[in-house]
Formats: sequence, structure tokens, C-alpha cells
Amino acid sequence: MTDTSVTQVYQVYIKASAEAIWAAITEPEWTQRYGYAAESDYDLRPGGRFVSRAGEDLQAMGMPAEVVDGEVIEADPPHRLVQTWRFLWSDSIRAEGPTTVTYEISEGTNGVCKLTLTHQLVNAPETAAQVAGEIENAGGGWAYVLSDLKSLLETGKALGA
Amino acid sequence: MLIDVSEDDDKVFKALADPTRRFLLDLLFAREGRTLTELESELEMTRFGVMKHLKVLREAGLITCRRSGREKLHFLNPVPIRLIHDRWISKYAQRQVSALTDLKRRLEAAPRPEQETDND
Repeated sequence: MTDTSVTQVYQVYIKASAEAIWAAITEPEWTQRYGYAAESDYDLRPGGRFVSRAGEDLQAMGMPAEVVDGEVIEADPPHRLVQTWRFLWSDSIRAEGPTTVTYEISEGTNGVCKLTLTHQLVNAPETAAQVAGEIENAGGGWAYVLSDLKSLLETGKALGA
Repeated sequence: MLIDVSEDDDKVFKALADPTRRFLLDLLFAREGRTLTELESELEMTRFGVMKHLKVLREAGLITCRRSGREKLHFLNPVPIRLIHDRWISKYAQRQVSALTDLKRRLEAAPRPEQETDND
């Protein structure tokens, strides 16, 4: 049974098509434009590799070239993506091993979609603190990433731009 | 239920304008995935009262629910608060920050003759 006390759920409504949201999550040209501006590279097949490469700003802050890696578990565009997620920037966080991220995109009325991100974090306290935005000077975690994603898709501009 | 995007902020502000609801959010911030019974045990309030507050929070998008077996678990969703922050709070805090960064930039751009030592 899943230990729910280490599951985090994030939800946001975005006035954009499911296809646009899917592209913003899975295509590097989009992922560079919001959140931590990393370049996500997906092989969207079960077992396919996922890697997120740090942009210049993150590397200038001392981040390695590859900041996150993982494996695609399920890809059903544009509605559902399940993948593992492991941060790579320190020995301790890397050692927490892969956690599981699920993106669900559902269409509503008026061209608004609901994006739900569920992050299962079993035995990964440092990863959990990072994605919850609890680490100082390390950004705002998923809440920051998703609100920035919403801002980019709805206004064409990310918050930092 | 789908929330009209234009009304999102209203619902969040209304949901936050109540001490019991803020307390419920703090409880979920401390530990997520709680049942109604667990939340109720922390409050001097009827089960029905707690349910009403949870409904307001859910409609504002501030909490989400997941079923786990026979239980319904409640999770904090911080994204709407983040959006309020980005839209309403950082905007006004920004002025002070940019005043400081402007000052820093001006000071650093100013000539500092005592540092221009001749090294050859």
C-alpha cells in the first residue's frame, strides 16, 4: 500500500488545450521557458529515458548539466504521463532514488483544462522538501513550476521573463 | 467541478478569510493525506461544520481529495496560493526589491579608483 503521508498533490486550472499543456511538459523548447528553465528530454515510451538538463542560469549556480533523470512508465498523450523522478545534484538527494510523478490533464468546459500532478515520495525526505518549496533559495517547487506554466500558457510570458 | 478562471482569486481570498479554514490548511501543511475524522479531532466543531469548511476549501482549489480504500484523504494544493502570491503579493513587494537591486547596480558601476591598482 502507498504511504499517502508522503504523497503530494498539486492541481491547477489552465486556459489552454490539453495538447498545449502536454507539449509544455514534454518538449524541451517549452520546458526551457518556465519554472527552473531546464530542458526536458523524454523518450515517451514505457521504459524510455527522461532527463532534465540545467540551463545556463542553473549551471551558473553550481548545478550539474543533468539535474533530474527518470524513466517513463506510461505515456498517454495528451492526458496522462507517469514517470520516475530522481534529482541528481548531490550524493544525498541522488541516493534517495527514484520517486514517481504522475501528470493528469483533463478537459473541462470553456477551453479550460485541469492539470493534476501527484508526486509519490517514499523514503525521499530531501526530494519531498525540494518539490514542496521548503528549501530556502531553491525556488518554490511544484507550486512555483505549475503557476509559472499556467502563466506562460495563458499569457505567453513566464513570471521571470 | 471546473472553476471559472476569472473567479479563482475571489474563491481563494474568501476561503482564506476564515480562521478555521486557515487552521485546516495549516494542519494539512504539517501532514498531508488526512481523513475527515483526523481533521475533525483537531477542532472543537461538529463533523458537519468541518465538512462545510472543507467544501469551501475544495471549491477554491486549495485542497484536493483522493480515495484510498474506504477512506477519503485530504491534500493541500498550494498552487492557488502561489498564483495569488505571483499576481498580488510579489508585485507589490517587487518595488522594494528592485530599489535595492538598482542601488546595488549603481554602487557597483561607480568608479572605485582605490581598487584600480597597477599590477605590472
